[in-house]
Amino acid sequence: MKPATAHPAPAAKGADAPAKPRLTTSAMIASIAGEGQRTKPAPFGHALVECAKTDPSIVGMTADLGKYTDLHIFQQAFPDRYYQMGMAEQLLFGAASGLAAEGFTPFATTYAVFASRRAYDFIHQTIAEEDRNVKIVCALPGLTSGYGPSHQAAEDLALMRAIPNMTVIDPCDAHEIEQAVPAIVAHKGPVYMRLLRGQVPLVLDEYGYTFELGKAKMLRDGYEVLLISSGIMTMRALEAAKALEADRVDVGVLHVPTIKPLDTATLLEACAKPGRLVVVVENHTVIGGLGEAVAGLLMREGVHPAFRMIGLPDEFLAAGALPTLHDRYGISTDALCAQVKGWLK
Amino acid sequence: MTISPSNVSLERRAWNIRRHAIRMGEVQGQGYIAQALDIADVLATAYFHAMRYEPQNPEWEGRDRFLLSNGHYAIALYAALIEAGIVPEDELETYGFDDSRLPMSGMASYTPGMEMSGGSLGLGLSIAVGKCLGLKRKGSDSRVYTLFSDGELDEGSVWEAIMSAAHYKLDNLIAIVDVNNQQADGPSTSMLGFEPLAEKLAAFNWFVQRVDGNDLGAVRAAFDAAKDANGGRPSMIIADTLMGKGIPFLEARDKNHFIRVDAHEWQLALAALDERKPA
Repeated sequence: MKPATAHPAPAAKGADAPAKPRLTTSAMIASIAGEGQRTKPAPFGHALVECAKTDPSIVGMTADLGKYTDLHIFQQAFPDRYYQMGMAEQLLFGAASGLAAEGFTPFATTYAVFASRRAYDFIHQTIAEEDRNVKIVCALPGLTSGYGPSHQAAEDLALMRAIPNMTVIDPCDAHEIEQAVPAIVAHKGPVYMRLLRGQVPLVLDEYGYTFELGKAKMLRDGYEVLLISSGIMTMRALEAAKALEADRVDVGVLHVPTIKPLDTATLLEACAKPGRLVVVVENHTVIGGLGEAVAGLLMREGVHPAFRMIGLPDEFLAAGALPTLHDRYGISTDALCAQVKGWLK
Repeated sequence: MTISPSNVSLERRAWNIRRHAIRMGEVQGQGYIAQALDIADVLATAYFHAMRYEPQNPEWEGRDRFLLSNGHYAIALYAALIEAGIVPEDELETYGFDDSRLPMSGMASYTPGMEMSGGSLGLGLSIAVGKCLGLKRKGSDSRVYTLFSDGELDEGSVWEAIMSAAHYKLDNLIAIVDVNNQQADGPSTSMLGFEPLAEKLAAFNWFVQRVDGNDLGAVRAAFDAAKDANGGRPSMIIADTLMGKGIPFLEARDKNHFIRVDAHEWQLALAALDERKPA
């Protein structure tokens, strides 16, 4: 059964209704960057090329999505180290396991939906169970496509963090992706990393931020509210914190790019500060992602702040324009601000 | 370096593999013994005619790789690894018990000489494609042997790998499909028809041979041709086999994926095998 909220009936147009711009469905290659936002092109592809210059074990593999995962940058630099596997995701990850078993470091790319859903058993068995050094890098994480559930990986983090041996990373911006790529090369073992491709926002360089695998970082402190976030939601959380500052609400932002293993020490310390509302914000279903991971940690360790979660609902999400969808499902900057203010009343 | 030339016949190697397998079945009181008996001739040929390896150094870089996609055939591969001297013979007493290196379904991290974790069927050929690409990238002349079962032909991933191996002209891949025509719910050909298999695979640009998988001479010739006459293509050996081969009362038993062997029958099976000991 389709959830009632997925396809709301078009509102009847009143004669005097102000004309709103009609937003088109967000294209597959749409940038999530806001208007006027600083960006960098293809940070993953360029960072991988840099690593591959000194590490001959790195090979690139994809399942008919090289251009859509910025792996074409690697292909252009190292054509003989690039394997086009065709639109066959099970093969892609099985073959990546085989190449890793022979000593190579495959970066295997596709969309997050196809890795986490279609090829799950191949990742589970041939990569994670065998503990192969494969880096799975996936575009269109969470709700970053307007094409509907076929392309919306609302549950990829839940699926991936449930697999033993798997390291799971949700980077925020181009600055972080550039640093995460060499970090996951240095880490021996399977990694699932969410990918932002194309013109990728540049945010964290302004915060003097450095990515460290397994580390959460406080980007700004605040005594009333702590937003805990990963991926693009950290960008939104920082914007929300600035907006709320104007309303005299003091908001901190703790960025948790490594979903697994969690930086439990930093999280516990940050959540133990008395009198602060803790809100986990994620571009992911509220089931099984960062929110529940943090909630479980706090319960187990007896740390009990006022706690809320902002994430995608347990529904098949609608198709349409991303700004519309992010508003509707509560993960736009405006929606973040409204929810936080509501909880502070 | 390869294994030392031996005067032991392939017939005797296959007989020894069957005997090790039956002993493991007796130890555990269960096991995929009918499959082990049907594939013993293929494994004897792989390990004592075709493949290059060092028994004392199962991770030797120059070895040929053997992938067991159908992990439930582990009892058969353990028997071959014991016969090859990679696993000590007395370890068969631990088969299937807690903390054994020989679990009921084969896994890479448990057993020396086990190159992949099978069991979830349809994985092996995809891994093989990656290993073959990797070996070529390294300039290695090692080959990848991959055993899988006819039931696995139902899995779409197998056909992804079949297309890919031909696309990349992986002439260092030798796949063997055990056509015993039995999978969990019944005869494989009645589950999801895969015939005409040889013609299909040839159309997929593989070098295909179909042999009686229990005729050692034919199997040996097929392994030789797969290495030397593949025409730059991946090789498929379709091995038609008889479940329970070598033990008449098991050959005659109603065919089943997990064949029932009563407690007293393991000794009967050993006795039947011993009556047929080759030179």
